[in-house]
Amino acid sequence: MSKISDNFLDIGYMDDLAGKDSWLHRLDPRAKLITVIIFIVAVVSFDKYTLSGLIPFFIFPVALVALSGLPAGYLFKKVLLVLPFAVLVAIFNPLMDQKVIFHIGSLGISGGWVSFLSIILRFILTVSVALILICLTGFNAVCLALSKLGLPKPFVVQLLFFFRYLFVLTDEAARMSRAWALRALGAKAIDFKTFVSLIGHLLLRAIDRAERIYLAMRSRGFDGRIRMIRAMKINSREFIFGIGWSVFFVLLRFFNIPVKLGALVTGRFS
Amino acid sequence: MSHHIVEAIGLHYTYPDGTRGLNGVSFRISHGESVALVGENGAGKSTLLLHLNGYLAATQGQVRIGDFTLNPKTLNSVRRTVGMVFQNPDDQLFMPTVFDDVAFGPLNLGLGKEEVERKVAQSLETVGAGHLSKRPPYKLSQGEKRSVAIATVLAMSPDILVMDEPSSSLDPLSRSRLIALLKTFKHTKIIATHDLDMAMDICERTIVLHQGQITADGATTEIFGDQNILARSRLEKPLRMQGCPKCGNTSLHPPSKREHK
Amino acid sequence: MHMADALISPAVGATMWAATAGLIAYSAKKVKEETDDRKVPLMGVLGAFIFASQMLNFSIPATGSSGHLGGGMILAILLGPYAAFLVMASVLIVQALFFADGGLLALGCNIFNLGFFPCFAAFPFIYKKIAGVDPAPKKIMAGAIIGGIVALQLGAFSVVLQTVFSGISELPFRTFVLLMQPIHLAIGIVEGLVTAAVVIFVWKARPEILEASRQSEPIGPININKVLLGLLAAAVIAGGALSWFASANPDGLEWSMFKTSGKEELEGGGGVHASAAVIQEKTAFLPDYGFKKSQSAIEPEESVSQSWPAIDPGTSVSGLVGGSLTLAIVFLIGLALKRRKIAVP
Repeated sequence: MSKISDNFLDIGYMDDLAGKDSWLHRLDPRAKLITVIIFIVAVVSFDKYTLSGLIPFFIFPVALVALSGLPAGYLFKKVLLVLPFAVLVAIFNPLMDQKVIFHIGSLGISGGWVSFLSIILRFILTVSVALILICLTGFNAVCLALSKLGLPKPFVVQLLFFFRYLFVLTDEAARMSRAWALRALGAKAIDFKTFVSLIGHLLLRAIDRAERIYLAMRSRGFDGRIRMIRAMKINSREFIFGIGWSVFFVLLRFFNIPVKLGALVTGRFS
Repeated sequence: MSHHIVEAIGLHYTYPDGTRGLNGVSFRISHGESVALVGENGAGKSTLLLHLNGYLAATQGQVRIGDFTLNPKTLNSVRRTVGMVFQNPDDQLFMPTVFDDVAFGPLNLGLGKEEVERKVAQSLETVGAGHLSKRPPYKLSQGEKRSVAIATVLAMSPDILVMDEPSSSLDPLSRSRLIALLKTFKHTKIIATHDLDMAMDICERTIVLHQGQITADGATTEIFGDQNILARSRLEKPLRMQGCPKCGNTSLHPPSKREHK
Repeated sequence: MHMADALISPAVGATMWAATAGLIAYSAKKVKEETDDRKVPLMGVLGAFIFASQMLNFSIPATGSSGHLGGGMILAILLGPYAAFLVMASVLIVQALFFADGGLLALGCNIFNLGFFPCFAAFPFIYKKIAGVDPAPKKIMAGAIIGGIVALQLGAFSVVLQTVFSGISELPFRTFVLLMQPIHLAIGIVEGLVTAAVVIFVWKARPEILEASRQSEPIGPININKVLLGLLAAAVIAGGALSWFASANPDGLEWSMFKTSGKEELEGGGGVHASAAVIQEKTAFLPDYGFKKSQSAIEPEESVSQSWPAIDPGTSVSGLVGGSLTLAIVFLIGLALKRRKIAVP
């Protein structure tokens, strides 16, 4: 969570990416959301020693990035940035599970290393696809898709408000932080007393702001219900996208293409 | 038509913590008038504005908007009649996109989908922000935000526009565009501001508030010409009345882009 | 303390999603019933506040590390548990989507761990009891610190359970618990301290804010009982689902059995074996759950190839070769698509 200040600018950038136009951007958010969920379930449902079976799944993020023109390098960097977290937890596997399960030449590979790599692969797959979803769809559209799929309204409304004021409040916090740094003369972190006062003021201002927003809402006829016009349409395009990919994921889940392919190749050459 | 009339009769307001907000304010603004509300910080301008759409209820005295005396029963009708533009557009633009924001009010009025879409398009067109419809509010410039905030209010088709510091934090070009826009509106307008040059451009009448009381109420040029009134309210003469060579002298004239502040 | 997608099994992920979805639905209903319109913008803005406040860190003296404001407890104090839970969920959703903190499958776990315990355990049973009726600095301090410790301990323990039940990580239960709980004791104290200090700040500056949130707070014993009852039901269903999943699919490996062979008898044998293993695991104490090494150590060698057919030596070489080939193909396809895209914009 402490990465927030470094990462924050990204939210704006990712939102910009979502504002671009491609047929993948234009696809109904529900279709994208559901397909991504099926993808993630398929990926994580493999057993912990799967490596080869996971690899074909890379086609999905790769195809999405290639077809939509999202910046691949940027997404890759973003995934790398959070990778250490997965490594940190997965690193225990090689330590705990040292049973050699197969050999490459004379080198014995333990189950722990296999499951370690498997965790890393899963992590890269699921994280990159979730990031791509946001960059292709935008947060607000994902929220509205969730709303159409049955997420309770008060929760969706709260998500929308939250995202709207994220930008305003982080800006405020950043200004405070800057103002502090200017007078802190090289201190690295804020001392506790100052911190409480900064946060306290930020909080009071936030509460005041909420009050003013409420006032603005009331003066435009707010009666406790938020109404929105939202045209969402599932067309053949959405169907083909959703069903096509999902069937593909299920196939990949059941048939290990790399193993088959490898058998074919090694069968010929050995 | 009497429903464009705004009338305050002996308004008193005391905040819950005991601070005096208004101290016996009375005025009558008739159909189509544009009135500037000026005064030092804390003079009671915002407090007064909040009474006009019933957000604050006077501890004593009453507000009349058109045919209605403001009370809990007439609140909704009054809020349809009085459109309020807040000082900070970030407080007013709270929906995911500009379209949703402008549609918020009309949808609450119970209008149908087509009607709402028409109103949104029309209001955005009026303020010259039609192209912003799909953008999220946090991506707009300060001037664009202000325009959209005004559009959200116009979409409610109010008869009376109430604005709190509409020209604050605008760059000079956005400011003069805003002034030109406001001059085209036929609504009854009440504008609280420190920007006396803008007040001169838009408002023929000015009310001066000082410590919760009206200390002057009259023609804008007369009031701004009276050094005593201005000094008491910590105001300065508009630049163009200070004999500024670029702005000319006391004459009222349309805003020019070279106007300086 | 974020759980990650990579560490949890679909069964655990789905169970926690179900529990979290239930809590969100219930909280949303409650918030709606409270009919306090003011909360509509307030919730969103406070969520943004929690998010923004985490940009600011303070130094923890003599440790060289730094801390920031945790979310759940202060939200519960300002908004009441139901609204606070919803806000906490949104903060975590944004973190998961934009910063890849955790991930989508693990989101259920994370919302539960970081939202449920502060909002529905620490706040009503500890903070409210100590500082609820008549707040004063000392009471706020005590309530927030004890509440913070309890919430973090429960949350950390929940992370351990979710990880162990998932069986993806090899970390054994004991080690994990011994690692997690003490760390989170420290974090809990710090978080409680910050929460208390900020609440006291607000209480001194604008006491009416705490007053108002306290009044609009109808949480009573009946409501919390309902929540607990619902959770119990969720746990029972989840347990059922888990063991079903597990017995049908001991290591999530049923599929790979398909793949490796047309040996029907192996599949049948695997099923029985698997059920037995599940029973064994169920009756044994938790440490052994998901600790596959001990299981395979006890059992004869051939069972290894049964429960791990995916890395059967015969297929592993072709897996390696085929895997690299597939990867190459995938990226070639990507390049081709990209090229085509540029050619035909």
